[in-house]
Amino acid sequence: MTEPLLQISKLNKSFGPVHVLHDVDFDVYPGEVTALVGDNGAGKSTLVKCVAGINGIDSGEIRFEGRPVTIADPRDATALGIEFVYQDLALADNLDITQNMFLGRELRRFGSFLSDGAMERQARETLASLSVRTVSSVRQLVSSLSGGQRQTVAIARAVLWNSKIVFLDEPTAALGVAQTREVLDLVRRLADQGCGVVFISHNMNDVMEVADRVAALYLGRVAAEVRTKDTTTTQIVELITSGRSGDIGLAPAVASENI
Amino acid sequence: MPTETPETRVEAGSLPEPERASGFSLDAEEVSIRGAIRAWFGKLRTGDPGALPSVLGLVVLVLLFSQVSDQFLSAYNIGNIPGQGAYIAVIAMGLVFVLLLGEIDLSAGTAGGACAAFAAVGVFKGSLHDGLPASLYWSIVVGLVLAIGLAIWVKTYAGAVVVAVGLVLVLTNQTQHLVPALIAAVCIGAAIGIFNGYLVAKVGIPSFVVTLALFLAWQGVLQFALSGQPVNTSNYDLWHELTYGRLSVTNSWIFVSVIVLGYVGYTVLRSVRAKAAGLAHETMSLVLTRGAALAAIAVVITAWASQNRNTNPFKVISGIPVPAAIAIVLMIGCTIALTKTTWGRHLYATGGNPEAARRAGIDVVHMKVTAFALCSAFGALGGIMLASSQSSASLDLGSGNVLLFSVAAAVIGGTSLFGGRGRPRDAILGALVIAIIPNGLLLRPSLDAQWQQVITGVVLLIAAAVDAISRRRAARG
Repeated sequence: MTEPLLQISKLNKSFGPVHVLHDVDFDVYPGEVTALVGDNGAGKSTLVKCVAGINGIDSGEIRFEGRPVTIADPRDATALGIEFVYQDLALADNLDITQNMFLGRELRRFGSFLSDGAMERQARETLASLSVRTVSSVRQLVSSLSGGQRQTVAIARAVLWNSKIVFLDEPTAALGVAQTREVLDLVRRLADQGCGVVFISHNMNDVMEVADRVAALYLGRVAAEVRTKDTTTTQIVELITSGRSGDIGLAPAVASENI
Repeated sequence: MPTETPETRVEAGSLPEPERASGFSLDAEEVSIRGAIRAWFGKLRTGDPGALPSVLGLVVLVLLFSQVSDQFLSAYNIGNIPGQGAYIAVIAMGLVFVLLLGEIDLSAGTAGGACAAFAAVGVFKGSLHDGLPASLYWSIVVGLVLAIGLAIWVKTYAGAVVVAVGLVLVLTNQTQHLVPALIAAVCIGAAIGIFNGYLVAKVGIPSFVVTLALFLAWQGVLQFALSGQPVNTSNYDLWHELTYGRLSVTNSWIFVSVIVLGYVGYTVLRSVRAKAAGLAHETMSLVLTRGAALAAIAVVITAWASQNRNTNPFKVISGIPVPAAIAIVLMIGCTIALTKTTWGRHLYATGGNPEAARRAGIDVVHMKVTAFALCSAFGALGGIMLASSQSSASLDLGSGNVLLFSVAAAVIGGTSLFGGRGRPRDAILGALVIAIIPNGLLLRPSLDAQWQQVITGVVLLIAAAVDAISRRRAARG
């Protein structure tokens, strides 16, 4: 098996007296979609925020491409090539697709003048490399796009910078059937390009379809990390709701101790 | 190539999937004259009326007032309109920056009035130090130093430099000369804006409240500065000319040629470059047709303005009015800053979605402080223009309806009060509408002046309704 791109081991995080993450181990492999599932309050968001540098960590180690790294600031994560696509998208409606994809990182010439042509070309190339076919022009205003197209733009923005890992926080939560299809295809293509994708979702159908591996969080612990093809939806749901399923998952004592 | 017909262009997003233009088919194509017209109608339909409402309003008002008085369309009267509206245009242009962020600056008018009064006192009394009450003089000095500190703290270095220039001019008493005094007034305006921006962005007071409070406060400062004695500004030639001056006929032609040729040259270059890079570009026929239309309009206006328009045979009045030239130059400068620089892009983004801007690494506090600083600096320039058109730095300079008319001008022109949408051009068009109303009404003395407020109010209401409706259409997609 290939080396993991991102290796999190024995990560602990508390907010005051609340111990949110217990000895969490979580790996992201290149070219694979790793689903991160868990009920509300299981610690998914906290884990993501620790990697993003929004939350500090209490103990544990984060290794990126084998090297131990400290991520103290969102810019550290960006510098490593880790991008985050948040649920509420963070696109500016009054700007067009290109402008949004380059927002905050515009290409310039003569000091601070915009190089619109070059940005337009790169935006188009990036979208084309992801086989996005539903966008007629990269100069379209984001306000005129559908939910799926917006999600596409947000994801494309993350890969524009040759990022190695992309975290997607519930990218299909607000989408219709056809649009979900569109985004899931995009997620798959992203991984096929060699990117490590972390897919956070509550929708088991989406997870089973697109993910290579599933990590289930249960009350701040990793209940199990399983390959999608070795498991079933029922098993994952059990892992999410009770921390164990058959002979995999947390030991019964551990699983019940938090309740 | 995909087989879409060009008709799918404006419908992208609203057509069923298979019919929609896809695969960037629109990104490499040429924009022809027909295509440009169709795209324009498409924008209208999807809720972006652009300049259309204000231009239509202007046409309606012109038709109306040409019936009210046959003097209205006389060259003399038309030639006066730029001088009557320029201060509104300048203040409104500054407001556009703040309105783009979804904020408002109610104090731009009175702050500008106070700044203009400082300049007037400086040149009239020969020294700001002796002319102003001592406490006010030292307050200005301390305020400027604090503003420099604040500007550096929020990384607005350009603002800090501008304010430092003002500080040097004040301390070295260069304000006894007219030009340095006017520059110092604009710099003090920038310092005022830095405080506004700091209070809004860092302290977190709503801009409406901050600037409402300062709207009141600056009126008092103005009276302190003038010590109850208005200063006549028409004694200073340059100051007087800001409103009443005209470019000579030769200079008028040079001015217009530079602008038209600059615009045509820029659009031709853009089209050629985009074509070479394989991007969507306007065809040469579209670029040249538009350039020719602009040139034709410019030639007609300039030729008209070059004639003597004074009915009084003793003095020749001809050439483009200086206030019109000032407004146009400022508009071009602001448009370049907003559309061609990263700063402008970030300003639109911050206005459209502050959270997205923050996550994209844009310093939102910095954007707000610069926008407010620019707004107040433009307010100071507007105050100077206003003093020029009134021929006096009066005790109520910049108070009353000045600011409200300026906000109205920006909104009538098409700038949204909700942020994220607006252009410097809007300020000019809106100011024309606002200035034409009293101009037309005063030509028939039998119509009472009350009508001015009523008509202005109705026009503003219509403009705000157009904004709200077009927004709803845009949201519906």
